[in-house]
Amino acid sequence: MEEVRVLLRNVDRINPVSAVDYMNEGGYEGLKKSLWMSELDIIHEITESTLRGRGGAGFPTGIKLSHAHNARSKNKFVLCNADEGEPGTNKDRILLSKDPNSIFEGMAIAARAIGADKGYIYLRAEYPYIVPILEQALENAREAGCLGDNIFGSEFSFDIEIRPGGGAYVCGEESAMIESMEGKRGEPRFRPPYPTVQGLFQEPTAVFNVETLANIGPIMYRGADWYKTMGTKKSHGTKLYTISGNVRNKGVYEYEVGVNLKDLIYEAGGGIPDGRKLLAVQTGGTAGAIINKHQINMPMDPAYVADSGGSMGAGDVLVIDNTNDIVDILDNVLSFFVHESCGKCTPCREGSMRLYQLASGIIDGTTTSEGMENIRELCETMRLASLCGLGQSVPIPVLSCLDNFREIFDEYIVRNEKNKKIAAGGAK
Amino acid sequence: MNTSHTPAMQLEQVASLAREFKGKKDQLMLVLLKAQKITGHNALPEDVAVVIAEEMGVTKNHIYDFATFYAMFSTEKRGKHVIRVCKSTPCHVNKASNAAHMLEKTLGIKMGETTEDGQFTLEHIECIGVCDRAPAMLVDDEVYGPVTEESIPGILSKYQMQGEEI
Ligand SMILES: Cc1cc2nc3c(=O)[nH]c(=O)nc-3n(C[C@H](O)[C@H](O)[C@H](O)COP(=O)(O)O)c2cc1C
Ligand code: SF4
Repeated sequence: MEEVRVLLRNVDRINPVSAVDYMNEGGYEGLKKSLWMSELDIIHEITESTLRGRGGAGFPTGIKLSHAHNARSKNKFVLCNADEGEPGTNKDRILLSKDPNSIFEGMAIAARAIGADKGYIYLRAEYPYIVPILEQALENAREAGCLGDNIFGSEFSFDIEIRPGGGAYVCGEESAMIESMEGKRGEPRFRPPYPTVQGLFQEPTAVFNVETLANIGPIMYRGADWYKTMGTKKSHGTKLYTISGNVRNKGVYEYEVGVNLKDLIYEAGGGIPDGRKLLAVQTGGTAGAIINKHQINMPMDPAYVADSGGSMGAGDVLVIDNTNDIVDILDNVLSFFVHESCGKCTPCREGSMRLYQLASGIIDGTTTSEGMENIRELCETMRLASLCGLGQSVPIPVLSCLDNFREIFDEYIVRNEKNKKIAAGGAK
Repeated sequence: MNTSHTPAMQLEQVASLAREFKGKKDQLMLVLLKAQKITGHNALPEDVAVVIAEEMGVTKNHIYDFATFYAMFSTEKRGKHVIRVCKSTPCHVNKASNAAHMLEKTLGIKMGETTEDGQFTLEHIECIGVCDRAPAMLVDDEVYGPVTEESIPGILSKYQMQGEEI
């Protein structure tokens, strides 16, 4: 299995803050080409490439561009989502710190396509050490004529500003991010209107993930047809995968879309160290599915992963070995959601807390089969009635974990029921 | 919310920072993050919030409403350095709770507390995006990991020495 370095092509090979270095490697050629194309032709090329958002939801990038293009306003914004809050996701950090110009280029092309002259990067508070890198890279890019007024001598002007986050997972959700950028609590908005119609400062705003943006330069430079030579029949291009947990080689790797999960764990990740065994894998971050060791033979192709009960999310592979207890893992996952639920809507605020208590109760003995029924009902309510993707996705790890590790949960519940009976008998 | 007495010089620094962003409510995050650093206690005590409110033209209530939403802010005094230990699943399966316990033991405090000398506050944090260094932590703006029994004294002494110089 060979790494294909399209997005990571410059990592550790050039000075990340140097626009000149970036250009010497073919950087900003995609933008230069776009400057002489019509807005619709740019959008057409990106649509043709079939690029989908890499932030987790997988929305077609070309369609988002065309929505923002069609919105009528003099002021439009391109917003780079650098919140990367999904546990087990590190890929955007690599691009931001090692090849920021590839993100600027994508933002500039997107801006050119929708008619925006201003962009923002919302950078999570947990990456403070990236701020000076981005600031220096922006300054150098302006100096080299890649950003600012009349880019490369054209009519097109575009500049980028960095906005810091404050440490809230929900701010990765695009409407919460926009609220946060307006100086408010990061609570998701009711939709519609969608950000492409009414976003930041009420103006049309196209929000893209860091990795999505990094794809745009190469697509414009080398063309949609080239892009489609990579990947599977249904999903194209490359994908950054973050492999974490109990593996030898933790890190970020780039492969064509569709690489097998098993190979990611054992080849790229180098397998599990110290003679321990595989217990579980969580794909797609903490909001993703938890699967067992018999389910890992699957291509990481969004079209396929969903069918097999998994989730690809932002390309995270969290490997969990057999020194862990799966019920404790579920407990840890739910404590994350309790902490990160913004509290705006009841199903998520109360549901996460109740699920967490029930999961803890499996371990400490208070949750019985009735409690397990409650878990499933709560999940259904949260899925249907939560306002944003945070609450809606909590059922994914919970239900997959319950289903894929049924015997372990059953054992706990049998024990808990037995102890309850004994306790009730003793009380008589 | 505590009624603390921030030194006049610091309040003046905060005021001139906030003045730059008068009427720019959208820059509140930046102002609060910087103000918190100026105070030296990694906190936004009431007198600091009042100054920012006046200079930026927002209400004090809004500042508290905003600040209490985000994990990076505290309205209570914290230590000079904030240690944030990751507790998310990628670190959790790499025995992050052991790292947290070792830090508690070494510092003689529990999670959420501040050492008596005011040097360190110990907190939990969700994923800091450096899962390859699990179990990982942030000390102020710096990443450390894997955090082990052996590495902890060296890391802490770096910050204790900084304290002595001042
Ligand atoms: C709770 C929650 C957290 C999210 N966190 C992120 C994130 O950290 N980074 C990201 O790019 N998208 C995140 N998203 C998805 C964004 O809302 C949005 O779909 C994405 O930024 C769009 O960019 P893309 O189409 O390029 O993927 C999150 C969504 C939800 C519901
Ligand atoms: S689903 Fe959760 S995070 Fe989303 S708005 Fe409701 S309470 Fe907030």
